[in-house]
Amino acid sequence: MADRPEKPARGGHNKPALALHVPEPKFRPGDAADFSHLEIPPAGKLARPDEASHPSQIGDFTYGLIRVLGDDNKAHGAWDPKLDPDTLRAMLGHMALVRAFDERMFRGQRQGKTSFYMKCTGEEATSVAAAMALASDDMVFPSYRQQGILIVRGYPIVDMINQIYSNKADKLKGRQLPIMYSSREHSFFSISGNLATQCPQAVGWAMASAIKGDTRIAATWLGEGSTAEGDFHSACTFATVYNAPVVLNVINNQWAISSFSGFAGAERTTFAARALGYGMAGLRVDGNDALAVYAAMQWAANRARANAGPTLIEHFTYRAEGHSTSDDPSGYRSAQEREEWPLGDPIMRLKRHLIAIGEWDLERQAAMDLECAERVKAATKEAEKNGILGHGMHHPFHTMFEDVFEELPWHLEEQAAQAIRERKIKWPGSLEE
Amino acid sequence: MSAGMKKPRAAVTADTERRLNMIEAINEALDIMLARDPDVIVMGEDVGYFGGVFRCTAGLQEKHGKTRVFDTPISECGIIGVAVGMGAYGLRPVPEIQFADYIYPGLDQLISEAARLRYRSACDYIAPLTVRSPFGGGIFGGQTHSQSPEAIFTHVSGIKTVIPSTPYDAKGLLIAAIEDNDPVIFFEPKRIYNGPFSGYYDKPVEPWKRHPDSVVPEGYYRIPLGKARIVREGEAMTVLAYGTMVHVAEAVCIAKGIDAEILDLRTLIPLDIEAIEASVRKTGRCMIVHEATRTSGFGAELSALVTERCFYHLEAPVERVTGFDTPYPHSLEWAYFPGPVRIGEAIDKLLKD
Repeated sequence: MADRPEKPARGGHNKPALALHVPEPKFRPGDAADFSHLEIPPAGKLARPDEASHPSQIGDFTYGLIRVLGDDNKAHGAWDPKLDPDTLRAMLGHMALVRAFDERMFRGQRQGKTSFYMKCTGEEATSVAAAMALASDDMVFPSYRQQGILIVRGYPIVDMINQIYSNKADKLKGRQLPIMYSSREHSFFSISGNLATQCPQAVGWAMASAIKGDTRIAATWLGEGSTAEGDFHSACTFATVYNAPVVLNVINNQWAISSFSGFAGAERTTFAARALGYGMAGLRVDGNDALAVYAAMQWAANRARANAGPTLIEHFTYRAEGHSTSDDPSGYRSAQEREEWPLGDPIMRLKRHLIAIGEWDLERQAAMDLECAERVKAATKEAEKNGILGHGMHHPFHTMFEDVFEELPWHLEEQAAQAIRERKIKWPGSLEE
Repeated sequence: MSAGMKKPRAAVTADTERRLNMIEAINEALDIMLARDPDVIVMGEDVGYFGGVFRCTAGLQEKHGKTRVFDTPISECGIIGVAVGMGAYGLRPVPEIQFADYIYPGLDQLISEAARLRYRSACDYIAPLTVRSPFGGGIFGGQTHSQSPEAIFTHVSGIKTVIPSTPYDAKGLLIAAIEDNDPVIFFEPKRIYNGPFSGYYDKPVEPWKRHPDSVVPEGYYRIPLGKARIVREGEAMTVLAYGTMVHVAEAVCIAKGIDAEILDLRTLIPLDIEAIEASVRKTGRCMIVHEATRTSGFGAELSALVTERCFYHLEAPVERVTGFDTPYPHSLEWAYFPGPVRIGEAIDKLLKD
């Protein structure tokens, strides 16, 4: 037939054989890491467009990289949010506290105090600076590495630790994996272990806020790996269809457990450029530059608040540690990557900036680090009074069956009675009913 | 066997009473709730200006406005996902999934999110959504417009499953579902949208107006979730059914002259176990009828519950009448459908000694 190719004869045709491309990261364990292929524009290079710009006018921002903090540790260009020194110091303090908290909780897991922990080392700015650019009652739908938002919003760290220990003071009643926090009081949505589900939920919350003529906006965070989930694309579609007041933050930390960003499409384009096909504003920002993160979120929040539409922000950063306490990155990536990462460390960069503008010094830095460590240590001791995982100081058995429904149906009541019967056999010394 | 004659049903009420089909009853329930509660939102594919492919939302956008009743992108994941977010805000969304067969892309949002939100957040957040969806076969819909996936949802902790079988129940149960603070799957048996169905597919379609339960009062009323309805009392055997199969089972019992007690379960979770136990203990025999596939269907759960709780009252093994474990076929729909022949055989077996 002339209108379609002939079926190639086995072994004897002259057409090229089709080849499947399976992405491969540039560096594996033992390799020298060299990031000179990354295009890192100088700080202050990009203009700051009007917040009401039509997405088609600002498409270039999805391929660029918004940077404020330069190699000279000064703030540069139109994206400089011009924050006062007190705010900058608060930002540094929040990030330092997050890092101290992560260190302590990681150790706690290794000491057997809990089952699991996830650090956000190197990514602190993407939650701390972003949260500071939002109003405290804007609703956030985080993923699992945004503990910085709770720190910014003043959630008590002892309550975070109670949750991580799943103890009798855990506000989530010991039901959730460590770090899957929830706090309605802090406009912080319940974290799910299923990836990207929070994206359409954030859009729905923002739609509800718009339906009601409210003034609060929503923001959500997800990793670059989970942008491959359908939920992310549904969220982008709904966000643009209804012009929802929402900010979608893609934390591109290069790694999804052991899969590098190429498995989410990074070999072909940027994650910010996903916005273009939806007709959404997109920004790509240096995620290790706290001032750039703040400025990008502020731009997007102003845009959403003015009914000018949603924004997708790609935070270009690096996951400096393993995915979680259950992960060992030395098995799949070069140990040099962290040191060679060209965008540096967000805490170090902000510290140097504050010193460069004469608003900070090494003595104060040392005092702050000590204070953070002491605060976390004191909170840990306080939380341990309420128990650590697996040592019996958990919520009463009956709570396992509560809140499945608003009211306890007969079948769960029967199962609760069984669990309590079993308890008396399994742990006869227990006093608890 | 001791099968007596059926008890006479309530006489058909006077013509002056207001009669609705199931579509009109559902439309009225939505209309009432949109008017009563400013937090109720109706959304879904084609539900806005057009009023839904089955007309259940006809006229609602015009009456309540475009931000209360609106069309959505074709994305069940997105529809359920944004509904969860709206619920977290404080709204009471009533999303429609155009056919139950299309609900699968939204399952993660339903199962991992809506159903688990109250529990995992320790009541910080709830998901008070009511997901309406036409389900079941008998309309030559083929395998993608005929399925009955209720057992997927009854297997998931944290979600309620409601299936009405009459216009009166559809309105009262839907209002109760919308007011409920837990996520509810509200499956509407589309074969009986326009009239009850006897299962004798070659007979002319009966309109609802001749059925006593098409008398639907105006205004607000609710039927509590978790309460079964005794369709008719009887002594010879108990029939457990819901949706379309309530009518099919009843028609077969009438045709065969069986004094069956028919329970319309109305909600599968929470289940009215008291009504089931009371009836089976009285009759000693139990037949379960559903249109869904057999293996791991809700009938398996019902059979296990009846056996565990009423074993010493049973005079015969529990019978299950179900669809076959195949995809829902198109041309062979009436060979697949658990109609009068399959139900009749089960009745004979159940009553043979």
